[in-house]
Amino acid sequence: MGETVGKSVKRVDAFDKVTGRARYTDDICDKNALVARILHSTVANGTVKHIDVSEAEKIEGVVKIVTCFDVPQHKFPTAGHPWSTDVHHQDVADRLLLTSRVRFYGDDVAAVVAENEVAAAQAVRAIKVEYEEYPIVLDAVEAMKDGAPQLHKEYPNNILNHTSIYKGDYREAIKEEGLIKVEGWYDTPTVQHCHIENHICFAEMEAGRIVVTSSTQIPHIVRRVVGQALGIPWGKVRVIKPYIGGGFGNKQDALYEPLCAYLCTQVGGRRVKLDVSREETFVSNRVRHAIRTHIISWVRPDGTFAARKMECFSNQGAYASHGHGVAAKGMGAFPQLYPCDHVECDAYSVFTNKPVAGAMRGYGIPQAMFAGEAHIEDVAKALNMDSLAFRRKNMMPVGYVDGFSKNENYFDSLNQCIDKGMAYIDYERKLEEYAKDTGPVRRGVGMAIFWYNTAVWPISLESSSCRMVLNQDGSIQLQMGETEIGQGADTAFAQMAAETLGIRVEDVHVVSSQDTDVTPFGLGAYASRQTYVGGFAIKQTALIMKERILKYAYEMARMAPYEMDIVDGKIIRRNDGRVLLTLAELAEEAFYSLTHSEHITAESTYQIKTNAYSFGCSFAEVEVDIPLCKVKLLNIVNVHDCGRLINPALAEAQVHGGMSMAIGYGLSEQLLFDEKTGKPLNNNLLDYKLSTMMDHPDLGVGFVENYEPTSAYGTKALGEPPACPGAPAIRNAILNATGVGIDRAPITPHVLFEAFKEAGLI
Amino acid sequence: MHEVQYKLVRCTINGRAVEKMIDVRASLTDMLRNDYSLNSVKKGCEVGECGACNVLIDGECFNSCIYLAIWADGKNIRTLEGLLGPNGELSDIQQAFVDEAAVQCGFCTPGFIMTAVEILESGKEYTRDELRKLLSGHLCRCTGYENILNAVEKTMKKRLGKA
Repeated sequence: MGETVGKSVKRVDAFDKVTGRARYTDDICDKNALVARILHSTVANGTVKHIDVSEAEKIEGVVKIVTCFDVPQHKFPTAGHPWSTDVHHQDVADRLLLTSRVRFYGDDVAAVVAENEVAAAQAVRAIKVEYEEYPIVLDAVEAMKDGAPQLHKEYPNNILNHTSIYKGDYREAIKEEGLIKVEGWYDTPTVQHCHIENHICFAEMEAGRIVVTSSTQIPHIVRRVVGQALGIPWGKVRVIKPYIGGGFGNKQDALYEPLCAYLCTQVGGRRVKLDVSREETFVSNRVRHAIRTHIISWVRPDGTFAARKMECFSNQGAYASHGHGVAAKGMGAFPQLYPCDHVECDAYSVFTNKPVAGAMRGYGIPQAMFAGEAHIEDVAKALNMDSLAFRRKNMMPVGYVDGFSKNENYFDSLNQCIDKGMAYIDYERKLEEYAKDTGPVRRGVGMAIFWYNTAVWPISLESSSCRMVLNQDGSIQLQMGETEIGQGADTAFAQMAAETLGIRVEDVHVVSSQDTDVTPFGLGAYASRQTYVGGFAIKQTALIMKERILKYAYEMARMAPYEMDIVDGKIIRRNDGRVLLTLAELAEEAFYSLTHSEHITAESTYQIKTNAYSFGCSFAEVEVDIPLCKVKLLNIVNVHDCGRLINPALAEAQVHGGMSMAIGYGLSEQLLFDEKTGKPLNNNLLDYKLSTMMDHPDLGVGFVENYEPTSAYGTKALGEPPACPGAPAIRNAILNATGVGIDRAPITPHVLFEAFKEAGLI
Repeated sequence: MHEVQYKLVRCTINGRAVEKMIDVRASLTDMLRNDYSLNSVKKGCEVGECGACNVLIDGECFNSCIYLAIWADGKNIRTLEGLLGPNGELSDIQQAFVDEAAVQCGFCTPGFIMTAVEILESGKEYTRDELRKLLSGHLCRCTGYENILNAVEKTMKKRLGKA
């Protein structure tokens, strides 16, 4: 034991990925597939009155045109959540394959299937659509007002959902004498995932069923949604997920798989490919919720909280997608990260005529941490107190237990992470030294902490299934419903399986691709869940497998199974460590024995009923050129406690990616819309300012490894947490550099210009 | 009804002289993927923004998505598939991407490696900041670029005998 987990073994898919052999959806689609293209709405709110396809149909190569008036009217949900058998807990079913009631600029109105891309594109342009236009609303707070344009008649004032967390008596508590009130409004932008592979899928019919191959994070969930959308039994759908070029939550929704499957049925089951352009990906897939957050803190001069209030207004866009979950998760962090006896929290998810917001790395926490950690800095400033000291005094203490998730703060992770981050960036010295800066170019350091959970229990089902199959040479195949989306899941799974089975990691062959016909049921990549939940299924299955192997070994070695073990691929006698036989010898015998032939396999499902806190922080150092209103990020470090590291090198790499996303979130990224029409203005990678290599300093990463006691291998969430604390750390560094607290992200020169002007700095 | 026009494109791809009739509207990305099954050439934007389709044309990097296939006539084209040694061994820069954990989803990887090849073949020594600039035509959402930069820098230093 202990041979594999914790080692920086090389990725199991690295060779194929550096040689171009790794096959992604488009690589396995036959080049003669029919091509589908979507006609998107060019109004942000309205009804399609008439569609004229006569010109489009004349274009050579056009096979089929389907409009919103042709499609089945089964409303379906798209969120990549486990299905709930409780009707009240099911995702909102508000989508149609194509719609005549368009609710955002980019909604799906019609689709063309053609023999080639050119014909498909020409036909889309030749379709004439007549709309009845309605007024639009783009801002969540505006959309809640009486008289605002209504998107869905079932949701008055456009409120998809409103939930609250009330504790103590806020109204009474604020009457305490001598309290200082600190209030702020904090805005985060609409951003997009920008995985480099756009969403793509293709569908074909085989043996009377629809086979969909898709760039998705959630193949088993997509199977269910395609079945729901087409109104066919779920077993009639087979979904295959090959390697995918990133997902980050966008592909944690059923995107165009249902439409593609439907189009396939409309052309006699022929193979249809639906490859979405970058411009469409920005607008017609999913985005991250822009959230406006209002926080009031009532603090005592000694630096303790008397009462706190938080309201957040989450811009859901045109359809429910992940529903209220994102705003609710963000709100949930508020009373936990800085516990206070008297709290009022309200979260609203509000429909607007913007692109649909869904899951994106962090699921509400990047927004909540920007608001919450900006506000904490503002409170400390108001108290004239060191913000770190203020945090340490008020943040979640060791031993804290959340009543709902039952998560317990077992360790002093936050303080340990803060200490490490401070040392890395030389925080105290720089804070003091930079405070003396008075010139036009000033430096500052700032930080933020974050709160995170692991996986989704108890809000939803958590389960994971695993299959292990022995080969003739003693190696195994490992199959998981949980998906490799770039994060390195397959490698972590191989390490964990090797560890418990007692074999070398190179003898674990991970079947990377999921196929709902053959892969055990799993929910997929989201909620930073896979290493945690997959770990249980792997450990449980490996123990079953091992038991079966040792039972067979009894027949060959005449030792009791419990007196034997598997170490480094060999069956050993526990008492003296003697090697009795190799696993390869055993496997060969088991396959081909004339007396007892058996294919040794194991398969099991583990239902997870725990969750785990994952904590950490970010420290940033900036240089602000006040006259130019420009921020240069000089240094940044993230420190995480995600429990025991399964693979330190891959963990560090994953943190780099999240930090990069957080830097963009803080400084440059935002999807912009024309206020009058709702038309997206920068839905391409040139105008949407995704960070390039030149926009980053070197990224520092640190870990605190407190073994998570609820976890099969001591690990917990790391997928999303790195994206959570960076933006507020940068915001607070700018505040410390200039004295100006910016309450909106991204902090672009345009924003700084207005703020510096107002502060009299320029 | 329009006539689809084809033109003979003769070129060298990964050391092999080839020729095929190609649709004059096709991009070099289309030709390499569809006619030669060189799947390392990835499509991320198809308008020259992301760098995933980057290949070497006569030793110089181009986004093949905005380079017409017919322009490749007479050119020497190299893709990631051409980097493997005769016995299937990885080149130093590919190995560095593996060793430095510079690969995650892998979609931007081929393009990055081909730009790295251009940088390395220049035989010049660049500072880390210069490397950042030279590699900035590629977008990546997984890695934060850190390990990619490390892989390129380390391989450059090794080749120059400075590591």
